[in-house]
Amino acid sequence: MSTRLATQGRLLNRGAQVKFTFNGRTMTGFEGDTLASALLANDQMLVGRSFKYHRPRGIVASGAEEPNALVNLGRDGKFEPNARATTTELFAGLTARSQNHWPSLEMDVGVVNNYAARFMPAGFYYKTFIHPRAAWKHVFEPFIRHAAGLGAAPKSADADRYEHFYAFVDVLIIGGGIAGLQAALAAGEAGAKVLLVEQTSHWGGRAPVDGVEINGAPADDWIKNALQALENMPNVTIRTRTMGAGVYDHGYALVYERLADHKPDADLPRHRLWKIRAGQIITATGAIERPLSFAGNDVPGVMLASALRDYVVNYGVSVGDRTVVVTNNDDAYRTAIAVKAAGLDVAAIIDARPDGGGPLAAEAESLGIRVEKGTAVAKVNGSKRVTGVEICPQAGEGKTMTLIPCDAVAMSGGWSPVVHLWSHCGGKLIWDDAQAHFKPDASRPPMGDKGQPFVITAGIADGAMRSAEVLANADAAGKEAAKRTGSTPKSTKAPKASDADENPMAPVWKMPQGAGYKLRSKMFLDFQNDVKVSDVQLAAQEGFESVEHTKRYTTLGMATDQGKLSNINGLAVLAESLNSEIPQVGTTTFRPPYTPISMASIAGEARGEIFQPLRRTPIHGWGDDNNADWEPVGHWRRAYAYPKQGESVEDAVNREVLATRKSLGLLDASTLGKIIVKGPDAGKFLDMLYTNMMSNLKPGKCRYGLMCTENGFLTDDGVVARMDDDTWLCHTTTGGAERIHAHMEEWLQTEWWDWKVYTANLTEQFAQIAVVGPNARKLLEKLGGMDVSKDALGFMEWAEGQIGGFDARVFRISFSGELSYEIAVPASQGRAFWDALHEAGAEWNATAYGTEALHILRAEKGFIMIGDETDGTVIPQDLGLHWALSKKKDDYLGKRAQQRSHMTDPDRWQLVGLETTDGSVLPDGAYAYETDLSRAQRGAAEFAEGKHAAVNANGQSLACGRVTSTYYSATLKRGIAMGLVRNGPDRMGEVLQFTNINDDPISAKIVSPVFYDPEGEKQNV
Amino acid sequence: MSDMSVSALSNAQYDGSVQVADTGLRGMITLRGDLADKGLAKAVKAATGLGVPKQRQVLTKGSNGVAWMSPDELLIMVPYSAATQTAADLQLALSGQHALAANVSDARAVFRIAGAGCREVIAKLAPVDMASDKFAPGTIRRTRIAQIAAAFWMVDEETVELVCFRSVAQYAFDILVQAAKNGPVDFHLPKS
Repeated sequence: MSTRLATQGRLLNRGAQVKFTFNGRTMTGFEGDTLASALLANDQMLVGRSFKYHRPRGIVASGAEEPNALVNLGRDGKFEPNARATTTELFAGLTARSQNHWPSLEMDVGVVNNYAARFMPAGFYYKTFIHPRAAWKHVFEPFIRHAAGLGAAPKSADADRYEHFYAFVDVLIIGGGIAGLQAALAAGEAGAKVLLVEQTSHWGGRAPVDGVEINGAPADDWIKNALQALENMPNVTIRTRTMGAGVYDHGYALVYERLADHKPDADLPRHRLWKIRAGQIITATGAIERPLSFAGNDVPGVMLASALRDYVVNYGVSVGDRTVVVTNNDDAYRTAIAVKAAGLDVAAIIDARPDGGGPLAAEAESLGIRVEKGTAVAKVNGSKRVTGVEICPQAGEGKTMTLIPCDAVAMSGGWSPVVHLWSHCGGKLIWDDAQAHFKPDASRPPMGDKGQPFVITAGIADGAMRSAEVLANADAAGKEAAKRTGSTPKSTKAPKASDADENPMAPVWKMPQGAGYKLRSKMFLDFQNDVKVSDVQLAAQEGFESVEHTKRYTTLGMATDQGKLSNINGLAVLAESLNSEIPQVGTTTFRPPYTPISMASIAGEARGEIFQPLRRTPIHGWGDDNNADWEPVGHWRRAYAYPKQGESVEDAVNREVLATRKSLGLLDASTLGKIIVKGPDAGKFLDMLYTNMMSNLKPGKCRYGLMCTENGFLTDDGVVARMDDDTWLCHTTTGGAERIHAHMEEWLQTEWWDWKVYTANLTEQFAQIAVVGPNARKLLEKLGGMDVSKDALGFMEWAEGQIGGFDARVFRISFSGELSYEIAVPASQGRAFWDALHEAGAEWNATAYGTEALHILRAEKGFIMIGDETDGTVIPQDLGLHWALSKKKDDYLGKRAQQRSHMTDPDRWQLVGLETTDGSVLPDGAYAYETDLSRAQRGAAEFAEGKHAAVNANGQSLACGRVTSTYYSATLKRGIAMGLVRNGPDRMGEVLQFTNINDDPISAKIVSPVFYDPEGEKQNV
Repeated sequence: MSDMSVSALSNAQYDGSVQVADTGLRGMITLRGDLADKGLAKAVKAATGLGVPKQRQVLTKGSNGVAWMSPDELLIMVPYSAATQTAADLQLALSGQHALAANVSDARAVFRIAGAGCREVIAKLAPVDMASDKFAPGTIRRTRIAQIAAAFWMVDEETVELVCFRSVAQYAFDILVQAAKNGPVDFHLPKS
């Protein structure tokens, strides 16, 4: 059994006991524990089930590389699936549940997959779920969906908050082991601005556990002093619980700080995502121990040798009473020695190397530990817990020589430098034969804009396997980084570290060497995704020779641990199967983040009320107070209508339309874009931008204009007012202000850079209110001020003055067909002016109207709306706007495009009005069936029986038009619509059939789009 | 009618270890023109008593200020009540040349972020190096805070002034307050 030891546990605070629950069972641990160490201390070895076969799985590692111990953590708003127990710090009240099991962790029905494992080889899903086709929908997909996923999906909204932080440093150092600390000291002493981050909660990495001595004293002493020195440097910032997640172009790095994961009740953001610009990045990211591939290497109780040692030394946890160590290198002997020192039994050390180890091996033997050289584990006995190992010669095929009873197995297949962050932005790797690992190739680093290297690796991450090399190399890295960022390093020497000499390791990619299929199909490479040696071999056999293809075919390395343990072992098996060398096979691509980071940290502050900026007009508050039904228009919120108490939105819209037509309506039009264009070349510029002439507009006059893209398509419209000789004010649509301003600046800055024109977007400087209806003039005259009579201010004129004491710019323009004034006042007085209009207008029943009434009023007049009648494929000619296309001008944006054959095709769909024969409202976007064969496009053959229209060769109905705007007109008491119809204007009076989903088609007659006051008398009074 | 004028958030304020406050209306004029031109410099001097700032520089004197916005744009700051007149004066003074002066006072919201942590509050929202040796009083940056455009500068070591569009004033206030509430990062603060 695994249990807590009375001694050891350098990271524990034994004075602070902590209660937590796992699968509902209350357990205790200490402050300083990880969830993993606390579970082990409570003899909870079984922590989960594997993804594919639901095999029982235990904790295998002690850090970020853990593939098995993933839990559902917390509850409700603090729930998180797939939390890694080895990197989750224990806190009082922590609740965790194991994942991927049903009905319980101990008794899992899905384990049947295990017995069917031989029928579920690599590529099983691809091969199986193809036939019969129908089975996919009804059998396979539901099954896979039920089985898929590890943790549960959260059901409550996240209760926490998150933030970003932008930081700029000379040197970012990732990893707080002795290498990172020394690099920080070297760079810090040189005067560089340094940020040192460590993903765990403690400094120093493995050195204290591995018995390293620095300057003749235990590593812990040196670490303490180093931290003190760094704390004292004003130019150095150090952070624990902060992981380097990704390295990107030009020294950009994402760093993930977990502020409150270990104290969820603190009033702190849970995570902070640092967005860092660094001059140089040092990756002192250490190394990860590799598992060994032997049959049953996934049985709970089999663990990495370094992890088992960590649990003893760091957390005072014994993983088992009787441990077998299996290794191909000297480092694992340290585990045997540590276990022995803790008073526990080491049954044997199984060393695959015929000649065994060096001084550490001698020490182990002197402690009385049995060492078996040239041997291997043939298989592990036990299912939910190791009960023993069967031993065989490494060189053989796996015939058992001896059975050694034990309840823990510590395995070590050598160490792989953590090269992820080096590789993210293009750093290359080289294969080190002696250590059988990939390490950074310093001659091919990630490079910046001038080809300069911007990442340096330090310590064991650079392949420095002995601590003396680690410190020397880290010191050099720190100094080099400081030098590259303009500081002068001190001519100090690196501290001297020492550790035991080691014999060379021997690459061992499977145990035993000649293992048959049966053993190979129980040798797990990827524990989380259940990929075995036999799967990779099968993939190679089936022709998946590229490592990237093998990865995807077998799912090797595709789990949440991204192959931290399985990568190299998988490559080696693949290389062997292909009869190739490992460096020739190469690695898969390392991509950020190093370990998963929370989606919420990426979103940062953007959630809830501040998910997105909402743009509010100065009159927005009145809408809030008057029950406005808001609709988004770009980032703006505009009132769709203002329903009164008990009134439906629809009724409100009709009331607003009628009040405006009959008496007086008020519209908040502040969102309309207002762009000032000024300069000696402004007229010429506007003549290019608009399809009609703007240069000949007289000061004091207004003109409606159209803007097209270079491709000829209508992009915006609005009224242009000429302010003075060289100044124009261009109104744009609500959604168009920023876009059109950018469009203007782009042409001015990239094409017509020598034209003397300045623009300024004054959209938000003014609140603009449309005063509309037969009583509009009376209201303004009542408020008093400037002359707004027909003679003084005619239709399509503007003037400046005062209305009711407000500074006002009054435009006599109409988007409703009524007598109408649009009045701009300074934004900060907008609300006061709006209130004054309502107060004075009460006698005419002044009625605020929203965007829907606005749309109906304009549609009744046949005015087009950008975004309704246009969709990026419509040209002004389609909309009968030929009158706005100047023939006097040589050019305007879109002119040449509009001469292309497709644009001049007489068969283009063109704007018409549509009147249903029964007065009903057409569905928006409905299509018209083509019933006129002579007008149908080529290829349209004939009417098919039971169809409403001509059909094409596939029997599909042909369309000849679509509805672009459709409303109930309270004014006319019937449905009105506009649409684009093939040869529309030539088909006046023809009745078309329109689609009506799940119902009979609707008949509508083609009419003029101007439904109301076709002579335009009302706006011109 | 400036007595009827209200700023976007009517002087809303948040008091924490870092304060965030809507400062109320400020006179602001966008001036576009040739910044190297002597006539322009003279007009700016007459309007504010200040010279033409260099790239990313803001000059202040009393309640007046001139900020560099782009190679051909300045932001002129005066008391709100003087903005209309100042804009007209500038327009008149520059009438002989190609220039644009537009009153934008009402298109803006102005916030003051005060307290020792003001640099960190900004650094949570804007991709700008807020280190004291990189961003000192007298420097202005046009950039973004979270999802909106903004410009800011330091009035003194513990005070930042920030300008954004009026329509997004509530959003700006809310994200600044959130950043302040989330507490210090201990990156730009001196080590204790």
